[in-house]
Amino acid sequence: MDAKTLQARLLELIRRTSCELPPDMIRAVDQARRKEKKGTTARYALDVMTDNIKLAGELSQPLCQDTGTIICYVDRPLWLRESVFAKAFEKAIVEATQKGYLRQNSVDSITGKNSGDNLGPGSPVLHFHETTAKSATVRLMLKGGGCENVGIQYTLPDVGLGAGRDLAGVRRCVLDAVHRAQGKGCGPGVLGVCVGGDRGTGTMAAKEQFFRTLDDENPDKTLAKLEKQLLKEANSLGIGPMGFGGETTLFGVKMTARNRVPASFFVTVSYMCWSYRRNGVTLSEAGRVGRWIYDDGSKR
Amino acid sequence: MILEAPFTEAKIRALKAGDLVEITGRLYTGRDAVHKYLHDGGKPPVDLTDSIIYHCGPVVVKEGGKWVVKAAGPTTSIREEPYQGPLMEQYKIRGVIGKGGMGPKTLAACKKVGACYFHAIGGAAQVLAKRVAGVNGVHLMEFGSPEAVWEFDVVKFPAVVTMDSHGTSLHEAVEGASAARLAKILG
Repeated sequence: MDAKTLQARLLELIRRTSCELPPDMIRAVDQARRKEKKGTTARYALDVMTDNIKLAGELSQPLCQDTGTIICYVDRPLWLRESVFAKAFEKAIVEATQKGYLRQNSVDSITGKNSGDNLGPGSPVLHFHETTAKSATVRLMLKGGGCENVGIQYTLPDVGLGAGRDLAGVRRCVLDAVHRAQGKGCGPGVLGVCVGGDRGTGTMAAKEQFFRTLDDENPDKTLAKLEKQLLKEANSLGIGPMGFGGETTLFGVKMTARNRVPASFFVTVSYMCWSYRRNGVTLSEAGRVGRWIYDDGSKR
Repeated sequence: MILEAPFTEAKIRALKAGDLVEITGRLYTGRDAVHKYLHDGGKPPVDLTDSIIYHCGPVVVKEGGKWVVKAAGPTTSIREEPYQGPLMEQYKIRGVIGKGGMGPKTLAACKKVGACYFHAIGGAAQVLAKRVAGVNGVHLMEFGSPEAVWEFDVVKFPAVVTMDSHGTSLHEAVEGASAARLAKILG
């Protein structure tokens, strides 16, 4: 695949990710909307979200003006070089910014200067993994700052929460995170949770959960059960869409675990807003699109 | 309910927490950098008397020599909590639009000054951009496009009053009720 083709494919991936909500999330918003009584503020919020999803798709404009941190995971066959991908991706990002698919969103933390093109130290975030598959798989997440800000990392035991070093303690942490977030993370949201790891890998693994679909089943039976329980309990808090009060506070809880050293026991909670921007595509060596990996044949 | 400019104290005092409003008139965007700048004594680039500030970092691009708003939803307001109350009092700001609600300092200032907190739907960047009929200008561009002060002329901009000028905050109410439920679940 030549660099120009790769750039064009990645621009389209950025456009779709920024402007189109994934099918599993569209269904979740619709189901939540039906649960809220007409005339309530919660129903109003979900009605506006529904209109917004439709409008963004039609206009090919960003679902949310905060087009977030650009986080990209690449499963890379040997024919695709990291440096070639990174260069093409950067060019696609600059183009996407000029077209308004992405906001000028990269600020120098020392000088406060906005780079204007979304490039700079730490932007974009790229993770490469070598694969023996023939095609490359590129997954993209645009994670807004509002929901990122309500993410939190706990260290067990936590005396204030009465949380010990066990799954009961993990549960207390997760529910505390939901309560602290209230509507500030643009709920109904999805939680990515990592039990264990160190501070860095815990955060990364928590965020990687957002590449899972809402309706998937955790292969770990203990975590699968805990995910369901925590979702139910979180929704019983009544925080509701945007924190207006209501039936749906979360659309999902997705958990994973990493080994830890004996001294550390972290519980890391990452929050993804309802404007859940993730997409992915497979690309052949000839530069053709194989498939959009989150498309499930349902109508937009 | 309709709220049209000029945004007088009387019109704002008539609003109650829970009211759905449609705002028509001029809004000034302002978020983190602008609030800190004003709080540090910076000169406002526009007259803020009887104004409504919109916590928003929009996507705006220039097309054919004109500013076009591509996306314009609210940003999280609580970050402005240290600055918002004092600025409301100093400049007689009549309202702020944002998301997620604000804290006791801002609620007290709303009561004292005669101002409201309007909650727009977070993430609804297209629905809200559609209500921006025109861009009258931009100031403090040195803060970068998302942090600049944009003058938006809006028509029927939808929002919910979640903090009114009578001391009521829906955010306080939901937080309290959910805390009680959480305590019950945890036993």
